[in-house]
Amino acid sequence: MKAICFNFEIHQPFRLKRYRFFDIGKDHYYYDDFLNDDIVTRIAQQSYIPAAETLLKMVEAGGGKFRFSIAMSGVAIEQFEQYVPEFIDLLKRLADTRCVEFVAQPYAHSLASLADPDEFANQIKVCCEKLHSLFGVTPKVVRNTEFIYCDELAPQLVALGFKAALTEGAKHILGWKSPNYVYTAASAPKLKLLLRNPKLSDDIARRFSDTSWSEFPLTADKYIDWIASTPGEEQIVNLFMNLETFGDHQPATSGIFQFLEALPRFAAERGIDFLTPSEAVSKIKPVGELSILHPISGADEARDTSAWLGNRLQNEAFNKLYSVAERVRLCDDRRLKQDWWYLQTSDHFYYMATKHMADGAAHSSFSPYETPFQAFTNYMNVLADFIVRVEEQYPLSIENEELNSLLTTIRNQAEEIETLNKEVSSMRKNIEQYNIEHRDREEVPAEAPAKAKTTRKPRAKAAPKAEAKEPKAPKASTRKKKEE
Amino acid sequence: MKALMFGWEFPPHILGGLGTASYGLTRGMWECGDMEITFVIPKPFGDEDRSFAQIIGTSQTPIAWRDVNRDYVESRIGKVMDPDLYFRLRDHIYADFNYMRTNDLGCIEFSGKYPDNLLEEINNYSITAGVIARTLDFDIIHSHDWLTYPAGIHAKQVTGKPLVIHVHATDYDRSRGNVNPTVFNIERDGMTHADHIITVSNLTRQTVIEKYGIDPSKVTTVHNAVVPLSQDLLDIKMPKGKEKVVTFLGRITMQKGPEYFVEAAAKVLKNNHNVRFVMAGSGDMMEKMILLAADRGIADRFHFPGFQKGRQVYEMLAASDVYIMPSVSEPFGISPLEAMQMGVPSIISKQSGCAEILDNVIKTDYWDIDAMADAINGIISYPALYHQLREDGLAEVNQITWEKAGRKVIDIYKKVLENK
Repeated sequence: MKAICFNFEIHQPFRLKRYRFFDIGKDHYYYDDFLNDDIVTRIAQQSYIPAAETLLKMVEAGGGKFRFSIAMSGVAIEQFEQYVPEFIDLLKRLADTRCVEFVAQPYAHSLASLADPDEFANQIKVCCEKLHSLFGVTPKVVRNTEFIYCDELAPQLVALGFKAALTEGAKHILGWKSPNYVYTAASAPKLKLLLRNPKLSDDIARRFSDTSWSEFPLTADKYIDWIASTPGEEQIVNLFMNLETFGDHQPATSGIFQFLEALPRFAAERGIDFLTPSEAVSKIKPVGELSILHPISGADEARDTSAWLGNRLQNEAFNKLYSVAERVRLCDDRRLKQDWWYLQTSDHFYYMATKHMADGAAHSSFSPYETPFQAFTNYMNVLADFIVRVEEQYPLSIENEELNSLLTTIRNQAEEIETLNKEVSSMRKNIEQYNIEHRDREEVPAEAPAKAKTTRKPRAKAAPKAEAKEPKAPKASTRKKKEE
Repeated sequence: MKALMFGWEFPPHILGGLGTASYGLTRGMWECGDMEITFVIPKPFGDEDRSFAQIIGTSQTPIAWRDVNRDYVESRIGKVMDPDLYFRLRDHIYADFNYMRTNDLGCIEFSGKYPDNLLEEINNYSITAGVIARTLDFDIIHSHDWLTYPAGIHAKQVTGKPLVIHVHATDYDRSRGNVNPTVFNIERDGMTHADHIITVSNLTRQTVIEKYGIDPSKVTTVHNAVVPLSQDLLDIKMPKGKEKVVTFLGRITMQKGPEYFVEAAAKVLKNNHNVRFVMAGSGDMMEKMILLAADRGIADRFHFPGFQKGRQVYEMLAASDVYIMPSVSEPFGISPLEAMQMGVPSIISKQSGCAEILDNVIKTDYWDIDAMADAINGIISYPALYHQLREDGLAEVNQITWEKAGRKVIDIYKKVLENK
């Protein structure tokens, strides 16, 4: 019994506009709206929408047999909401079929897992919330940005409630092993791993319309034949690719949509099933542990993180960005937080790669910049402005911990004020009580109550005063710190 | 294979990039092996490197018979020419040139520079070339730049050997479009007579094809290269202050786009005060540039140290953090490569020929002062960018050798000879 597990990735970054250094401190809007609108709309029209329609047709025709999964970045969802909301509607219809599983990924399609576990967890959570609010689903499987994965990450993914992760079937990790099995993570055996089959995935994603390829033209019949002819004990073939493979990387004229649509029919003939990732990990027993010491990914020949952190430029930009991570989390300025996410998107670092040969061509074909140096300069200018804004919130001269304690004091003000208020009101009640008692005892000589009043009144006044003063006092101290 | 090359400059006595390129190419071809090169220049000084090519000066080539004895010749020009060669040349005087002003050896005096009577000197050079072409045995003729095209044509007509011309620049580059008709005619004449044309960049190739109406199939680009710097120059250490230094090195003329540099500097200085700008060189636009810098209110941070030569150039580069070449039209532009050899990140205009082969530089349009200012600011404010450009640039420029260029030229020779 064999099964195909599809995962389609949907991601589009917020591309930055040309941002000169003399804009730093003056212009706080960083995105090229026209370009983003243009690209997102174009890709949606020629790829995402027809692909989703094809998938919907396949699901309806298959009567629940054809199943697959989708992973979407939050930044992509935001752009669809803005530019092509009809695509979201289409996805909702897909979600309603219950044949689609939504896989979580960092909201900003960021590299946070490599630098900042808190940020990573936060982005995963936000992504899950977004998927839930749109499609009413709760992801059980996670796919980190560009399949980045290593042992260190596994325990955290388990803690976040995931039962499986998707990653790359990187040759240098697998060696003689096959990606067509379910594995468990060495550092957290509860977490199952599904590995992308690079050869079969790229046959569709990269080579489908390549006329110089010896297997050209690829037909669904032949393709399913290849899958069927894998050794019998290999039970799952993980085909993970970008959704824009259909219609964009491989143009519609190449027959890619017909190819996709024909797959279930031939699969049925050979007795091959379709499973979603969470079904796969619950139905198929894992064959062993997989230990991955250094982060792997699905990008470039090296299948490591060098596509984003391969040179000095990328590392500098990356470190600068995450140097303010804690600071940004302390803030509660909404626009700042939004920019913080958009700037983390891995694509910005991808554009800065200085690789040559085939990898270099792939990098530059996606890049809106002419050279990696331009990509770097532009990004750093934006980042410089962003850091200025973070500093305006809280000066960098204060240590994070100190700031944190001050912030806690400020936040606790509310509670403190409330308790004081309660005290004040109870005092008032006491006074009233006292006055009533006093009236009741009118026949008692006037001297004693008069004395009592004069002693009580100042205290009653003092309480509201304290209420007004106290919240200000700690703020004044932060200001002092700022001046330092 | 034997090649007869006509050139105008040869190191160490050079006035511009032509001499450096001629030297590098000749040496690169010699390194490929099996090349015998004779290099003709107007006026050798005797201290040229003759290890890889025979050098003949037209100042020592007789065009009128003089009855002189061997000892006299030896004492007069022995330093720059073998007397035997003198007598061999004398045997090949092909017409009576006694009406011309010649000296006691029957030779014409050449300045070897770019004097006011340049056209006359070019003509004289061509007359002398006739004697040389008749004397020597060679397979192919190679003329460097328009000054020597007439000589090349002459040699071709006399011997029937194929002519290759090497376009280091065209008058369109030098004049921003206002070409001198005489120069244009000499250039076009050379191009139409040539069996093959070598250009130093695709940019120049395009000019040759479009402006001079030449058949594209006989124009090939061979990009220039650089001679590795001596350790002595690489070791130059200059005291570096806290301020960053951005340098422009070259003739301050219209072709080099100096005004765009001043404008970009003004933009940078508005936001970043920790930087100084240097415009080293001289030229007809220097005063205008000084005025412009003053107008923009940046004269205190914009410096004009004048013309630099020899070691000074490298000292200047060693003290710089950024090198900039905003040329409006540059057939090749070897100076950014030298800056990269010294480990200085470079910004070049897209309108420069060297932009075609360089990756680890920042390229902007010459008129895009915003982009230029941004690039300058980027290099001086982001250390990662500086180091990346510096190190990868160094590695890149070390791969650009004259030997590779020489190999291409030899291949062109072979092709031309086969088609003959």
